Amino acid sequence: MTKPLLEVKNLSIKYPIWGGVLRHKVNEVCAVDDVSFTINVGETLGLVGESGCGKTTVAKSIVNIHRAMTPGVAQEGEILFHTDDGPVNVLELDRSQMRSLRAQIQIIFQDPFSSLNPRMTVGNIIDGPLRLHSGKTASERRERVAYFLERVGLQPEHAGRYPHEFSGGQRQRVGIARALAVQPKLIVADEAVSALDVSVQAQVLNLLQDLQDEFSLTYLFVAHDLSVVHHISDRIAVMYLGKIVEMGDSDSVYKTPSHPYSQALISAVPQPIPRRVR
Amino acid sequence: MNANRTQNDLSKQKPLLEVRDLRTYFRVEGGIAKAVDGVSFDVYPDEVIGIVGESGSGKSVTSLSIMRLIPDPPGFIAGGEIWFNEQNLIDLTYDEMRRVRGNEIGMIFQEPMTALNPVFTVGMQVMEAVRTHQKVSRKEARNLAIEILDKVGILDADRRLKDYPHQFSGGMRQRVMLAMALVCNPQLLIADEPTTALDVTTQAQILDLMLELKAEHERGSIMLITHDLGVVAETCDRVIVMYGGKLQEMGSVEQIFEDPQHPYTRGLLDSLPSHQRPGEDRLRAIPGNVPSIMDLPSGCKFCTRCEDAVIGCENTEPPLYDVGEGHLVRCHLLEDAVK
Repeated sequence: MTKPLLEVKNLSIKYPIWGGVLRHKVNEVCAVDDVSFTINVGETLGLVGESGCGKTTVAKSIVNIHRAMTPGVAQEGEILFHTDDGPVNVLELDRSQMRSLRAQIQIIFQDPFSSLNPRMTVGNIIDGPLRLHSGKTASERRERVAYFLERVGLQPEHAGRYPHEFSGGQRQRVGIARALAVQPKLIVADEAVSALDVSVQAQVLNLLQDLQDEFSLTYLFVAHDLSVVHHISDRIAVMYLGKIVEMGDSDSVYKTPSHPYSQALISAVPQPIPRRVR
Repeated sequence: MNANRTQNDLSKQKPLLEVRDLRTYFRVEGGIAKAVDGVSFDVYPDEVIGIVGESGSGKSVTSLSIMRLIPDPPGFIAGGEIWFNEQNLIDLTYDEMRRVRGNEIGMIFQEPMTALNPVFTVGMQVMEAVRTHQKVSRKEARNLAIEILDKVGILDADRRLKDYPHQFSGGMRQRVMLAMALVCNPQLLIADEPTTALDVTTQAQILDLMLELKAEHERGSIMLITHDLGVVAETCDRVIVMYGGKLQEMGSVEQIFEDPQHPYTRGLLDSLPSHQRPGEDRLRAIPGNVPSIMDLPSGCKFCTRCEDAVIGCENTEPPLYDVGEGHLVRCHLLEDAVK
């Protein structure tokens, strides 16, 4: 059963360049250029590319946070999210409509240090989206927070602590619990494991896979590390200079890439096998 | 790279750098953090030695201690010796150490933007490195700077001398750093996570360049500090694995990657997605978190996360066992195997 959850059609994103005495728009950069892809329900799509290729820009426009962050940004095309009541175009929603849709689309950020408010307890951080979206009472929400803390491998008692009391891997788990708490359909993971040490990275990847099975989640997994993307994804899309240059089944893109850029990208990844042994 | 050199050949050579029982501690609130606690190793001429470990393992502190760049306070070298060119670097005065740094030992860092001074041109910074250590005229220094920038692959070097660091891309800045570190022809280059901030394609270029330049310098060695096991496998001759401020395993790159003996080394390799066995869906992660150096176990530093730990591991620190051909492992489980 392949049912699309998210369809991105001909998405182009242009950032304005301000200049001159009156700070008017003098030019624009095309960060994303005519990108189209579909993610099916329960699937993981990996989006890889080097810095500046536009992969994070795509991720941000799916959760529609460009308008708040960069005034004057031009977004063309469609991002269709299939809700239970039919498809909606994320780019056309107003603030309150988008806010209610965010119960179904959540994002996990790269940096577990700057994406958690240092002045809020972990419990309040996870409770934030619940308060907005769930309509549950305070005690029900507390139970929910405790449940998800346990689910991501932390203890319910951790709810009263602050982010600085945790290690990088634990903080990333808090970020995952926050995204998970409202039980979204789609999770956009933007370099979610890049900042972690190898041994902890493996734990978090396993956790993401377990949660996907348990809550039938769909992931858009944005990363630059090809071996990680290959491991977790069903399909991979390779981006270069704002365009998708290759897209296909995870194994075939990783093992037999067709586009010269994908080939270069994959051959540049250092393999943990000594040179002389190969 | 020295394809067929074995450990026995190495031990006949005189080491370029000898680190003996190095202890670097930091005074912190609530006590003393032993960031590096009794580390010993040699670096031989004409080799690339890798130090791998996760954050907090002490790998960077080891390299900064060799350069005597530990901020004091709060840090201090509590003991040990670092022998380089018949002198113990720990005993050198400030001025004597300045003559070693950048001249006999070069160093490059992870973040080339913070390591370069943004208000001076690249030319001035490379020429300063030359003029600090060699008695040359401005013109000669300029020529040397152009020559080295050309060598590290900066096109149109004599014009780009006038450019500032922000006018270079990340990869190009790392090339400039490499030029500054190598302009005085040091015998040892310490590279602390030199490619971590770079994209994979740029990383491959910089690593190739480092090895190329090393091949030109007859007896030069590189000490590469990284957390990326792939980078180590592709560039190093020998590898040191650190955890909890201690050397846990040391051997040739083949010994470490083909026949890892320490449970931590095995765990690290197993955590890699590329090391999955066919049919396995999940990664074999190391349980638990990297402990803070303030509350490390008194025995084996890894015992709290080790799946093979037995009774006694947490009480006594295992010595380094030699399992053959210079392959050293710090694990109690090897006690019987060695006897």
